Amino acid sequence: MSLFTLGIARGLVGQVLGMVIGMLLTCAVRILLGWEAWAAEPAWTVGAVCSIIGFLLGVGSLDDWLKWTKGIPTPMHHGPPVDKPAWTRYFSVDYNHKVIGVQYTVWGILLLMVGGTVAMIFRTELARSGLQFLGLDLYNSFIGMHGMIMIFAILLGVGGMGNYLVPLMIGAEDMAFPRLNALGFWFNVPGSILLLLSLFVGGWDAGWTAYPPLSARGPIGYQLFFLGVFAIGLSSIVGSLNLLVTILRMRPAGMSLFRMPIFCWAVFATSLLQLTATQLIGTSFLMVSVQRAIGMGFFDPRGILGEVSPMVGGGDPVLFQHLFWFYSHPAVYIFVLPGLGIVSELLPVFSRKPLFGYKWIALSSLAIGIVGFIVWGHHMFVSGYNDILRIPFMYATLLVAIPTGVKFFSWLGTIWGGKIHFDTPMLFVLGAISVFLIGGLTGPILATVPTDFPLHDSYFVVGHFHATMFGGFVFPFFAALYYWFPKVTGRMYNETLGKIHFFIMTPAFWVQTLGQMGVGVMGMRRRIADYDPTLGAGQIESWQLAVTIAGFAIAFGVMLMLWNFFQNAEVGVAAGDNPWRSRSPEWQIPSPIPEHSFPAPLRVVGEPYDYGLADSGYVTTASPGDD
Amino acid sequence: MTATAIEHGHEHDHAADDHHHTGEVDLPTYQEYTRRNRLGMWLFFASEAFLFLALLVTRFYLWRGPHGEVVRPELDQFAGLVVTAVLLLSSYFMNRAEVSIANDKRTDFLASLLITAALGTAFLIGVVVWEWGMFPSIVKGHLKPTDGVFGAVVFGMTGMHALHVLSGVVLILNVWWLGRKGHFSSERHWGVEACAIYWHYVDLVWIFFYPAIYLIGSTIEVPH
Repeated sequence: MSLFTLGIARGLVGQVLGMVIGMLLTCAVRILLGWEAWAAEPAWTVGAVCSIIGFLLGVGSLDDWLKWTKGIPTPMHHGPPVDKPAWTRYFSVDYNHKVIGVQYTVWGILLLMVGGTVAMIFRTELARSGLQFLGLDLYNSFIGMHGMIMIFAILLGVGGMGNYLVPLMIGAEDMAFPRLNALGFWFNVPGSILLLLSLFVGGWDAGWTAYPPLSARGPIGYQLFFLGVFAIGLSSIVGSLNLLVTILRMRPAGMSLFRMPIFCWAVFATSLLQLTATQLIGTSFLMVSVQRAIGMGFFDPRGILGEVSPMVGGGDPVLFQHLFWFYSHPAVYIFVLPGLGIVSELLPVFSRKPLFGYKWIALSSLAIGIVGFIVWGHHMFVSGYNDILRIPFMYATLLVAIPTGVKFFSWLGTIWGGKIHFDTPMLFVLGAISVFLIGGLTGPILATVPTDFPLHDSYFVVGHFHATMFGGFVFPFFAALYYWFPKVTGRMYNETLGKIHFFIMTPAFWVQTLGQMGVGVMGMRRRIADYDPTLGAGQIESWQLAVTIAGFAIAFGVMLMLWNFFQNAEVGVAAGDNPWRSRSPEWQIPSPIPEHSFPAPLRVVGEPYDYGLADSGYVTTASPGDD
Repeated sequence: MTATAIEHGHEHDHAADDHHHTGEVDLPTYQEYTRRNRLGMWLFFASEAFLFLALLVTRFYLWRGPHGEVVRPELDQFAGLVVTAVLLLSSYFMNRAEVSIANDKRTDFLASLLITAALGTAFLIGVVVWEWGMFPSIVKGHLKPTDGVFGAVVFGMTGMHALHVLSGVVLILNVWWLGRKGHFSSERHWGVEACAIYWHYVDLVWIFFYPAIYLIGSTIEVPH
């Protein structure tokens, strides 16, 4: 078996070839126009576009569609490839949502490690004042890199959970559009490669937000960064479209929207945001990209009438911030809603009690999603936009606390009086609640205009943001990994190691996030490579050191988890079909799940969360005659 | 974007038949596949609406005169009117194609598709040659992309729209070619329907773009 039977190897070759062809094409056109043959920026940009197409062609994700354009039928192949070992399907185009879910998750964890490593590097730099080993440009590229890589990783994690779980939870055979599903995953690979490659062509030293005018004048790396984001954005759009159609059209008879497992509601709300808002980050980046490439002055404030005042025909960098945050604020709800869904999903299982206020939780996800569209301006309180805009954005932002509060109280109501089992997934769920509470309580402080002014662009924001991301995504994601590991592999992870991971990571994270907020209050600015050691009455260096040590402890915990999974995936103790005694459909079938998940169409026979109610079930695959 | 359209365009003309040999599960009917495809297509339109909305917002945000009033650059009104009329007319023929295949009138179906594609191409030529002035030896354009926000927005909006028209023309020609080879029937022609609603959608976007670029606001002189 040669290496090139693996789709990903062919894809990488395709990406390199695409890049070369794109560059040659650019040179050829320039020669035809009578210009100098080589110009670095257009060559890299066109090369990068072609490299994405090259990867997709190489990996084979477009094969079926190309056949359709010729009218050739393409029967859907189920099961592992016939002439290759079964494991190769994870490295090639495969249409089974369970394979794609694992692909998303593994690629997401890989990026999580890359992003984490980058964070370790600049945290080490920050442990002491002064510049030790990072230059200013590289520091800036690294913080931007940490931000964007982590966003990619989170989107992949969200995609992984959604793709793997949603069809199983609603008893669907697969996603509505399996080919589109595969394409959605494979967009991510060339996208993340472009992002990493951009470091070698100058990086992007204005950070992940890419505000013009800095990004419009920054190094070539920005063009590759924009294209990387386009690729991930396309993945988001097609993935969310697919999930929405799956949820809306593929539920079995009897599973009304308010009888779905609650996680599906979270995915539904997230997908609505992803489907629509993602276009805005694409548009804003495209505008910067063409401003760089052909001088279209969307954000270039120089007017066309010369010195006439006020300027006429000049672009406006603040417009970029509006367009950018119209996606990038809802994006944080895209990141946290599935995580909060996992919390709601797991609490009843480990508390052995019904979920408190199902409809309220379901609708609160939707409410967070809808309110999320009208709060973007709180990122711009100090941007210099029209003063009067601050007030509605402040109130809209504070409004988010209400549906979020609904979730918290419903979680408390679920745990209250339950027979709680403290297995590792449950520990991470409880950790998520504690951490998200820190993030949630610091939110209104930043949403309120007068208290935001002194804290804006300080490390306090960094602390708040990391608490929401860890509480809303990382902890629930880890809970989900531990919880569904036995379902995916059929083996049990090592419970002791899992608990050690939890008890290292949770206190470490508290230290990290509160430490970040602390140095922020002392006067530490975000995105700055160096700081004044006399800040905070000379205490800031020890706080920074504590944050750095806590960061390394979290990384150690994550490594422990990955080692735990790696050790037990093949040879761990057999887990049985339903180790958590869950009522959810995916636990009523064998582990690992066979190629066709359900032997017969699901029938809904009860409520999803009636834990503790004797002799009741949620779904059955038996036909009515068997009763 | 084209890939999405193509997924919806052709998948399940064959799917229901081809899946039968797998036999293990009950496969949905062609009607059910079409319902899913249709929903997917409309969600795709919802997504695209935000892209076009962002461009409209950009236009009204940036095209402001010295006193904050809404302005627009002087463009060739005749060119704008002609290309708009051509595009609207093309939607009639796209609809005619869809109705024809539903009634099994194959000749009308193929002819209408070709007319639609021709009108779409005429629209593209009108925009690129006439309005943009890409070939100054034939027609000299009014604006360059580098003319401040006026050039940027005109070329940004018409360019993004032209890209969609171009992909629509490619899709129509693909459907025409498949239709000539005998694909699609009066019962099963989701591919034609997808192509048609995509074309109407692109048309609809222009109905918002045309007044935003050509009609709304007082004109302002753009020096080169």
